Order: sequence, then C-alpha cells, then structure tokens
Amino acid sequence: MPVGPAASGAGVWEGLVTSALLGTDRRTPPGAARGPGAAAALLDAAAAETVRRRAGLRPARAARRPDSAPEDPRPPLPDAAARRLTSLLTDRPGTAGGGRRGSAPDLMELLPQWLATANARGFAPPPQALPALLDAARGRTDLRPAALAFAGPRALWLARLNPDWRFALRATPGGETAPSGAGAGAAERARRLWDEGLFAERVALLASLRARDPAGARELLASTWATERAEDRLMFLDSLRTGLTAADEPFLEQALADRSRNVRATAAELLSALPHSALAARMAARAATCVSLDRTLTPPAITVEAPHECDAGMERDGVMAKPPMGRGERSWWFGQLVEAAPLATWPDRLAGRTPEEIVALPVSDGWQSELHAAWCRAAVRQRDGGWARALLGAPTAPEAGGPGAVSLAERAKLLGTLGAGERAEWVAGFIATHGLSEAFQLLGMCGVPWATPLGRAVVDALNIARDAGSYPWSFSGVMGLAERCLDPSEAGRLDGLLAIPDEPEDASPGAGGYWAEAFQRLVTTLRLRAAMAEELRAAP
Amino acid sequence: MTQGEASDRARCAVAGRGEPSAEGAADPSAPAATDPSASAATSGDPEAARRRAERRAERITAGATELEQRLADLLRAGLAGAEQSGHGLWEETAARMVDAQAPGLASRVRELGAIPSSGPGWPVRLLEECALLHLLARGWLHRERLPADLAATVRSRVGLPASADGPMVRDRWLVLAQHDTADARLTTRRVWLYGAETARTVLLLSYGAAGRPPELALPVGLALEAEVSAYPDAGRRRVALGRRFAPPGPTRTRPRGVTTSRAAVRYGEALRDDPWLDSVPVTLERVVPVPDGVGWQLADADEDSALPLARTTGSQPGLWRLVALSGGAPVTVFGECGHRGFTPLTAWPAGPGPAVPLC
Repeated sequence: MPVGPAASGAGVWEGLVTSALLGTDRRTPPGAARGPGAAAALLDAAAAETVRRRAGLRPARAARRPDSAPEDPRPPLPDAAARRLTSLLTDRPGTAGGGRRGSAPDLMELLPQWLATANARGFAPPPQALPALLDAARGRTDLRPAALAFAGPRALWLARLNPDWRFALRATPGGETAPSGAGAGAAERARRLWDEGLFAERVALLASLRARDPAGARELLASTWATERAEDRLMFLDSLRTGLTAADEPFLEQALADRSRNVRATAAELLSALPHSALAARMAARAATCVSLDRTLTPPAITVEAPHECDAGMERDGVMAKPPMGRGERSWWFGQLVEAAPLATWPDRLAGRTPEEIVALPVSDGWQSELHAAWCRAAVRQRDGGWARALLGAPTAPEAGGPGAVSLAERAKLLGTLGAGERAEWVAGFIATHGLSEAFQLLGMCGVPWATPLGRAVVDALNIARDAGSYPWSFSGVMGLAERCLDPSEAGRLDGLLAIPDEPEDASPGAGGYWAEAFQRLVTTLRLRAAMAEELRAAP
Repeated sequence: MTQGEASDRARCAVAGRGEPSAEGAADPSAPAATDPSASAATSGDPEAARRRAERRAERITAGATELEQRLADLLRAGLAGAEQSGHGLWEETAARMVDAQAPGLASRVRELGAIPSSGPGWPVRLLEECALLHLLARGWLHRERLPADLAATVRSRVGLPASADGPMVRDRWLVLAQHDTADARLTTRRVWLYGAETARTVLLLSYGAAGRPPELALPVGLALEAEVSAYPDAGRRRVALGRRFAPPGPTRTRPRGVTTSRAAVRYGEALRDDPWLDSVPVTLERVVPVPDGVGWQLADADEDSALPLARTTGSQPGLWRLVALSGGAPVTVFGECGHRGFTPLTAWPAGPGPAVPLC
C-alpha cells in the first residue's frame, strides 16, 4: 500500500535502511551506540519500525474509474453450456500422451463449431469467460470473427484495457471508439475513423460497411480514392468483392486507368465477374475470336487460335502481358481472355451446345487443358453452377480420380459454386469410387455436419482402409475432419468398429489397435458434439 | 544491548494485544510446523515425549542463537554485499536451521535469499524480513517471558508441531477460495472457508509431495456442513477439518464484506497478535477494479479510497477475469490483504451469480 504511516517515522526508517545497506561498522544506526551491539540494535529498531509501518498502512486514493461496460442484451448461456465453454477454452493440445492423441477428443478443434452454434442461438458469454475467449481468438485468427461476435460488447470494453487484445478493436468496426448509439453519430464516427484511422481499422470499417451498405462503402472509398497509397487502394478495392453489383461498374471502370498495375488487375477481375459489364463484353469479343468450332473434323472439334499480341486495350482491361517463368506468351494471354469472358459467350459461339456438350468436345492441338482450366476459373469467378457441374463431370468417372484436365484444387473450387446437397453427393460418389487418399481437399468444401450419404461414404472408406491393413495415421487428416464434421447421430453406427480386429497376415503390426483407438476417439468426439449441441438447445 | 532489552522491544512491537481475535493466520511457509503427523511426538510415554521435546527445544535454541549471530554479521557488513553473495549463503544458513529442527526459521531464511533479485526496493524488503526474522529468533529465545498466545504463535512460526485442540465448531462452511503454491519439495494448498452462521473466515492447509496435488479438494462456491477445530496460534485462524455431515452443495451464502479502509485496519489489528503476518483474509464489498497507472487497484464504489492489488497479480488471468466480471460495476471480492497489497482470490458479481475463482 503506497500511503505510509505518519511522517515522523519516515526519517527514522530512512536512517535504518542507510545504515543497514552500508553496514553498522561503517554507519552507526540512529539511536544506537557505536560498537559490536549496533547490528542487534539496528535489527531491534527495524523490527519495531517494520511492524509499525505495516500496521499503519492505509488505503490509497481511488484512481479514475473506467466507464462501465455496455449492457449485453443477449440471454446468458445455460449453465452446462457455460461449463462446456470453459473446458473447451482451457484444453491445451499436446498436454497428454506426447505426439499421439490417443482416444481423447481434441477439444480446441471443437471450439469453432461450439461458437457457431452459440452465435446462431444468440447467447451471451459469462463475463468471466471473456479473457480466455479473447486469448483463444488472439492465438487463432480463424476463430476471431466467431469468437468476437460471441464475446460481444463487454469484450471490446475489456480489450481497451489490455494491449494484448488490441486485435479485437481492429477487427471490430467502431471498436476503437466507444460503441454507443447509432444513426448520425455512428456515421460521423465512421467518417472520422475513415479519415484518421490506421490502415487495418480502415479496412475493417470498409468491409463491415460494405456488408451492410454496399453503395455507401463504395462512395466512402471513392471520396478519398485519389489520395490513397497504391497498396492501400489494392486492399480497399478487394473489399468490394463482397456485394459486387452492376452499380459498382463505373467506379471499377475508372480504376482500370489506375497507376498501379495490381489495382488495374483487381478492377478488371471484379468487372469480369459482372457478366453484363462493358469489360466482360470486350473480353468476350476477344476470347470468341480465339475459339472456333471446326465442323470439317469428325467429330467436330474446337480449334484455338491464341492471340498474337497483347495490345494496349487488353492490358488496360487487366491482361498481364508478361507470362510467369516457363509459360508461353500466347497461351498465357489466351487463358486470361477466356477466364475473364462471360461463360454465356460459349453456347452462342459453339452452335448452341450446352456446357456439358461443350466440355465433351475434343480440342485440337493440345489446347484442351489450357481451355478447360480457363473455363474452371471463369466458372468459379462467375459462380456459374451449370458450368461447374459440366466441368466437374461425374464423380465416378475413372478420370475423376486421376490426373485429368481438371486438378483437385480446381475441383474443390468448382464444388464451392454448387449447393450444399449437390456438393456432398458429388464428394460421396467420388469417395465411393476413388477412396480417401485424394478426398481431403474436397471434404473441406462440404457443409457441416456432413450429409448422411457423404458421412457413410467416408466411414465405409475408412473401414476399407483399415481392412487393407495400413496404419490409421495415413488417414489422420480425414479422421480429424470426420471428428469435426460427421453428423453426431452417426455415432451409433460406428460401434462395430471400436473393437480391435484380428490382424490379417499382411497387415502392419499393431495397426488394428491404433484403428480401434482412432475410431474410439471419433465416437467419443461425436458424442461430445451431440452433448454440446444439446446443452446449447436448453433454455437459459 | 542485552537480550532482555531486545525482548522488551519485541514485546513493544506487539503491544496492544488483547483477547485473541479471529485475525491472523498460520504461516503457510512453515508446513512442517503444523503437520498433524508430527503431533505423534506427544503420544506414547509422556516422560520420553517431554525429554524429546526438551532436546528439540535445545537444538532450536542453538539454531536461533546461531541465526542471530549470522544476522548481526550481515548487518555489520551491510546489506549491499548481500546482492553479490547470492543464494548460496542463505541456502547454507537454511540448511543449518533444518539441522536445528526449526523448519519455520529455515523457510524464512530461504525466502531472504530471493529478495536481492526481486527488483527495485529490495534493500528495504530485505531489511524488513531480516528484522522480522530477528524478532522471531528473539521471541523464541525469550518465549517463557511472552504471553501464552504470542508464545504459541512463536512456537508455530519457528516450526514446532501443534495440534488443532480448539473446540469443534459446526457450521455450514462456504468454500471461499482454494489455491496452491509449490516449491521444490512440497505443494501447499490453502483453502479458505467462511461460516454462514459464525461469519468466521478460517484456513485449511493441506500438503502434497512435490508436483502432486494435495488430497483435500473443495470446490469454490459450494458449502459443506462440517466441524472444524482451531490450532492454538494467536490468530485462531487456521483450523483442521473434523466431521463432515454432508458433501459440498450449492449455496446462496456470500461472505459479509467491508470497505477498503476497514480491510486495511483489520490487517493492522491482526499484526498486534502476530507481527509476522503477511496478510489477512478479507472480503471487500462493492469495489471496482481500476487501473491506477502502474497496476490495478480495488476502489470502493461509494468512497474515494482503494487498495492496490499485489504486484504478483499483474498479468495473471485471474485479474482479467475479475475485470471482466466487474465490467466497471461494483463486485464483491474475497482475497488476502497485507503489506504487499490485496491479492484477489474469488469474486461475485453485483447481481445474482456464482462465485468466480480468480486463482
């Protein structure tokens, strides 16, 4: 306690401390006789003084109190769910069993799901859980949006008091200023933050405004566009990806004349995602001249005549003139033209064929992979499910599992343009035909919990992998996904897999036991997820 | 100065002693002092036990005399040299105190060794602790001239075993806090209880071998119907758990709290019974955690005074749980209040809500 006892003792105490530091042989303590007894006298006096000082301690003046945290209007978590949150937040991976996880669930991995459910049900966290929640969000950027949404207004209040949690203020619009009120005041604060804020704050502000008010965000950006630095312009432009509409075209067209090449390229990419934009029409005209149908062949085939030059107009529309190392200029330009051209160009150009028929057409002179890859990128950019379906083909087709025209990464992106049900069905078909070794990336695209046919396809495939005698850690990625994504109601169907099977002759030694452990962890995790969901269903 | 004069000083330092109040607590750094198993010395042949106790007292007296000499030597040469001499000197002295069967003196000596590296202001802290250690050694050497309660405190602080021989007190005990401290040899668990009927705050100590948690575990915020009995120290704060009548269960009981001014006075009063006391258990009511520039303080919601939090609280997750729970509004906080500041252990929200452990 800072406020000491009466001043009369202070001088005595100072004298004792000085004498003690220098030694009583050199400095005789106050009130004592010089000589061998001085040390004991000093200790006597210091003991009395220490107790006196301690007994005389009084409270300090109160410092300026912080403003109170804003009210959180959401209902509090049910008790069981609050306890669950604490256990999820305090679980530290790798605390037991060294590298191997054994059969215990990985709780930290379940936190994203728990947060999503809690947010969907609109619960408020217990205040005392906020520090652990903020720490978790600090360590894992992927958790931040859901964790901060759940943490709510009191977490922002808290984050202002602890520099470790500054990220929460940056990630939340208006976080730096007191978030109270709305309407005109809020607009004014937004304006001031935009004019005076740090770069990260401005990006966050623009992103959140864009989500609520696309036109307002664009106008805010346009108001300072000319004075922004090139790398900032690039990041700001990128935030227009959200809620992109035809109304953005004039602004983007103007950005095509930007001083920075990267800004021009991004503006062009955004415009090409608007199929009715002038840029899309220009790209369609260019791309169409490169691709034609040669009816003299049997069957008819697509022939490609790649551009011979990258003219100023193409460059202005975002075509990169210089190819990356190892790529030919002409195919590089061609790919960019097709990628940016509206997909509706092609049925017109190719005698009214459907996407499926177009994809099935032979392509002359080895241009197929270039052309199909460009269509894949276009289908993803324009979010065109019809084309995506055609390019994906049937999941059971033999070439789907091997190195075909369309790579796994491209397939995963194409799947992203389809509805959840269709996506799950396609991946289920893929796994049933080709097994799990290539499935990880595709599974990552599927909605949680996995649709029943998909979940069963994964479990069947794991079962087959076990019977084949390999070790489970070859499938640890898929196992981990299954723990987080399999529908908990499937747990009962897994009971048969928990026992240690008889080892076949050619199996890896001990694999059966490890598989049983892996399946136990899967089932334990599923039961835990079911319990978590149940706790959050309860009325608070 | 003669020893008699020093003893008078010691008595002077603890003047104003009245009836033993509930303030004061056994020193947790001296576990062996009150290890129930050590009370075996009192069993068996009473004559043999008396002789054993006498022999031990003689050894402690020899140890305390040696300690006095070493402290005097240190003060004659000056504390400034203590920074260089490092831990070795203190470890050696502590080992001598262990040999003298005075574990309480040994652990205090060991703590002295850490002070020179404890940051700015260490000479003041080292002088304070040396002086209190000197006071304890003097207290032991002249224990027959001390009042009975203070003599009991000195015996316990030096490290002699005692047994909880106070009358059994039955109450519904709210578990206020439970926290562990560990050194290389021992894990010490401190469990604070609050009696719903008696309004007494008492301390249970339990020990585990290094790295292993002590056996006794009571969940904070629950209450258990049980009997306790006090140890004979001046404060009567430390108790042993007797019969338990029901397992711990939920309760709405909260400890009655005081203001920060009253809490500071309580510590001062408790020092009259036990000058070696570092802190007293206190519940603060209607306080708000407030940053004060260097650290945090607990400020009275309705008055202009505040207790600074002990520096060790600085970066602990418990501090932030407390701040989050408060959200700038008054809360109830139980903790230990002493010369190092206030160490918060458990908090309750202003409205209804369970106890939130902070340690």
